[in-house]
Amino acid sequence: MADVTLPAKFRVATASLAGCFGCHMSFLDIDERLFDLVKHVEFDRSPLTDIKHVGKCDIGLIEGGVCNTENVHVLREFRHNCRILVAVGACAINGGLPAQRNHLPLEGVLQEVYQTSPGLAAGLIPDDPELPLPLDKVHPLHEVVHVDYVIPGCPPSADAIWSVLGDLIAGREPALAQRLIHFD
Amino acid sequence: MSGSFKLDGREIPFRDGQTILQAAQDAGQDIPHLCYHPDFKPHGSCKVCSVRIDGRTAASCTTPARDGMQVDSNVPEVNEERRTLLQMLFVEGNHFCPSCEKSGACRLQATAYQVQMVSPHFDHFFPDRPVDASHPDYLLDTNRCILCSLCVRASRDVDGKNVFALSGRGIRTHLIVNAASGRLGDTDFSAGDKAAHVCPVGVILKKRVGFAVPIGQRPFDLAPAEE
Amino acid sequence: MNELSTRIDPSRIVNRVVAHHDGDVHELVQILREVQEALDWISPETIDCLVAALGVPRTKIEAVAGFYSFFYLVPRGRYRVLFSDNITDRMAGSEALKNRMCRNLWIEPGKVSEDGLVSVDLTSCTGMCDQGPGMLVNNRAITRLDDARLDAICELIRDTVPLEQWPADFFRVDSNVRRADMLLGGDMAPGAAMKAATTRGAAGMLEELRLAGLRGRGGAGFATATKWSMCREAAGEAHYVVCNADEGEPGTFKDRVLLTERPDLVFEGMTLCAQVLGAQRGFLYLRGEYRYLLDALQAVLERRRTAGLLGRSIMGIDGFDFDIRIHIGAGAYVCGEESALIESLEGKRGTPRNRPPFPVTCGYRDQPTVVNNVETFASAALIGLHGGVWFAAVGSGQSAGTKLLSVSGDCERPGIYEYPFGVTIAQVLEDCGAEDTQAVQVGGPSGMCIAASEFSRRIAFEDVPTAGAFMAFGAQRDMFDVARNFTRFFAHESCGFCTPCRVGTSLLNNLMDKLARGQGSPYDFSEIEKLNRRLQSLSHCGLGHSACNPVLETIAKFRSSYERRLVHTDYVPAFDLDRALSAARQMTRRKDAGAHIGEDS
Repeated sequence: MADVTLPAKFRVATASLAGCFGCHMSFLDIDERLFDLVKHVEFDRSPLTDIKHVGKCDIGLIEGGVCNTENVHVLREFRHNCRILVAVGACAINGGLPAQRNHLPLEGVLQEVYQTSPGLAAGLIPDDPELPLPLDKVHPLHEVVHVDYVIPGCPPSADAIWSVLGDLIAGREPALAQRLIHFD
Repeated sequence: MSGSFKLDGREIPFRDGQTILQAAQDAGQDIPHLCYHPDFKPHGSCKVCSVRIDGRTAASCTTPARDGMQVDSNVPEVNEERRTLLQMLFVEGNHFCPSCEKSGACRLQATAYQVQMVSPHFDHFFPDRPVDASHPDYLLDTNRCILCSLCVRASRDVDGKNVFALSGRGIRTHLIVNAASGRLGDTDFSAGDKAAHVCPVGVILKKRVGFAVPIGQRPFDLAPAEE
Repeated sequence: MNELSTRIDPSRIVNRVVAHHDGDVHELVQILREVQEALDWISPETIDCLVAALGVPRTKIEAVAGFYSFFYLVPRGRYRVLFSDNITDRMAGSEALKNRMCRNLWIEPGKVSEDGLVSVDLTSCTGMCDQGPGMLVNNRAITRLDDARLDAICELIRDTVPLEQWPADFFRVDSNVRRADMLLGGDMAPGAAMKAATTRGAAGMLEELRLAGLRGRGGAGFATATKWSMCREAAGEAHYVVCNADEGEPGTFKDRVLLTERPDLVFEGMTLCAQVLGAQRGFLYLRGEYRYLLDALQAVLERRRTAGLLGRSIMGIDGFDFDIRIHIGAGAYVCGEESALIESLEGKRGTPRNRPPFPVTCGYRDQPTVVNNVETFASAALIGLHGGVWFAAVGSGQSAGTKLLSVSGDCERPGIYEYPFGVTIAQVLEDCGAEDTQAVQVGGPSGMCIAASEFSRRIAFEDVPTAGAFMAFGAQRDMFDVARNFTRFFAHESCGFCTPCRVGTSLLNNLMDKLARGQGSPYDFSEIEKLNRRLQSLSHCGLGHSACNPVLETIAKFRSSYERRLVHTDYVPAFDLDRALSAARQMTRRKDAGAHIGEDS
């Protein structure tokens, strides 16, 4: 009987942009199914590996919206390197909580945060070139790069993440069951 | 005229004067909808209840049932169109579900789940819309308004008060209240009004009950709109 | 323009206007127009007065006033300048003129000058395409703009010269009739058609209309005899006759010319209709842009009353009582849709109704109502005079009679051309002196884009139907720009009632702008196509259904002008990322490389 050649493992990268890492926590909530998962995937850039730059990957999972220059760079790097890019969670899909500043002019936001809030000494708006500069609005991923799939939820349930990943690994078009579709 | 028509292959009887949606609901077969409410005259603005009638598309809430018509509702092309309509509504306003008291009890959200809308798809408008907390018992958050006009109809036709109306035109259409100040607190709106209880989304919200029911245990969490 | 407007007590004006309309809230659109003409805008204080005088809730006033472009709930200055923004105005240089004016007056487009004197903005086509660029100043039409005229206008505004004292030539509107046939060429004496028709009786008149094969000139082509007889047979407390002169389709101006040159023909047609229906009241719904015609039209109506052609016992016939009122629109294209027009006549927002029921059974005030185009009534009058057989002898196939074409764009002799139905596009182009034409937009943005290979096609219901617009585009024009102008028009004019049109036209407009800015990719193109299909399928009324036409037609026939704009292979954002950082750069005074984002590579 001939040896069955196992397909190479799927390379998966994850990142959080303007998010709270809640989606990553939910990802970890797939619990013991992680053992099944690592049979099929290996991780590239991710908080789990501490790799700083994403390499060629099959799947990129991104939580959080795009609120500053660094987010743009990371997102573009993911788009260039990931065959399939997945927006994970409310912030990646519609800007989420960070986008709640979108109706306010950025000037006012920065002034309020660094200068005029009660209890602040007359502060400076940080200008260190090391710091990413904020965009005037927070955007969901799909307004900046092409996104292939989404997993909604705040955060998406572990089951929802498992379902989409499972479909992708099996080469199926991801289709969330209605009970797994949640925006909250 | 009465008779019957076929909805997704199933025979639906109807009575004189009924629209397709009314007859379908009476027969226990729902069609996704937002601006329709059985207590009010059908309005036909959201178009989410659109169906294919003998190949033509029309809103089922306003189209009179006719004997022998062939109606397709739960078919891929029609659901695809519904998804687009819902996506339009989601990007037109500011719908941040996780912070919304109506989440889980919201017809817009439940209908989105129902037609498997997973993302808003289009570029967001991120409009600047007012939140009005001037009323002692109710909050008005127009970020979530989908312009279904149910509150307008309820206040005018049931409460006899005309607290609400739509002003503006096109993409600038917006909800207004009956006060020179533009504040709900300066109108005669009250908790007993029908208009206080018809908003399908999280615009007209009762104060001081926020998150009394946790997310996950709300009406559409427990009994989703039909799959 | 009202010099003392800030000091005028609004209650005095409101009470006078409301009393003039017998306190009838169905007249709300007229009341608002007249109040604003006196006060420059509809202030909260004015609304207080209207609420008191009319006994209606504030929401009613604000809902209606907020719908129409020409009503202002915020002050727009004592001089309100609106540049006509049809593609023909743009081709004639309106954009540069608008910028010149803004520079000259030190104001930003869309904003009011700091001293509250003037605002400059855009408006949909004002119907002066044959003598553009056009503008409205306080809803008075001005034609033939050029640098000199514009500078003079700026001077007059700065010197706060009242509009009545501006040179009359600025307001001169020419009819430019280039080819006349039965409608514009005849000289029917007022009352002649009514005399002939009266001897035939109502049934006889309907029979003549049927023999004539007259079809509605608004574009849809419904048989006029059928419409009138359905309405006549419909039960109701009263019947109404409505003439649709809300000629809002960009590129169309033939109703303006008919109402200028042959108003008697139009009113006579309406009166014939009233006789058939047994109607006592009629309305002429005149678009707000043609407000300048009001006095002349009122004078014609008065003359007809004196001649016994309107009013009580018309032509001495006992019980033949009919009169016509003129209702002025306020800047809403959608009111050209007959049920929206009726809503507007009833003093409401111009939202198209759910149909059925149709106006013939349930129209104005829910009573049986005939709504016909200006040209239809004028043709009916001729049929009343000469009979149906005479009329049917002109035209072709399923299209009897003549058609007025409003010819504009790239041609030597723009103006009104009246042809028997069946004329070829090529013939019209030759007659108007259009050379090297790549396309003609027939029927306006909601109509058809005809490419050069199709110029042998004919103007007729069975081939190229039209309400009358005929815009020629020379080889130098970019048809993408044409479609983009039309897309913006539909987004501006969407009534906002239904989701697909309200949001879809704006999304489409944004995507067309994205392509124009050089941010297009094949993804955006497929989105444009998808949105158009949704608009077509799901919209509530004809505006939404046809809002996709300009893009679908130009994609089908001028695809390369789109493809040229899909400059990126991969998706790029619709906003400029680097510009989105400029506020933060300014606040932090950062100039380092990290404070910028370049294009994706």
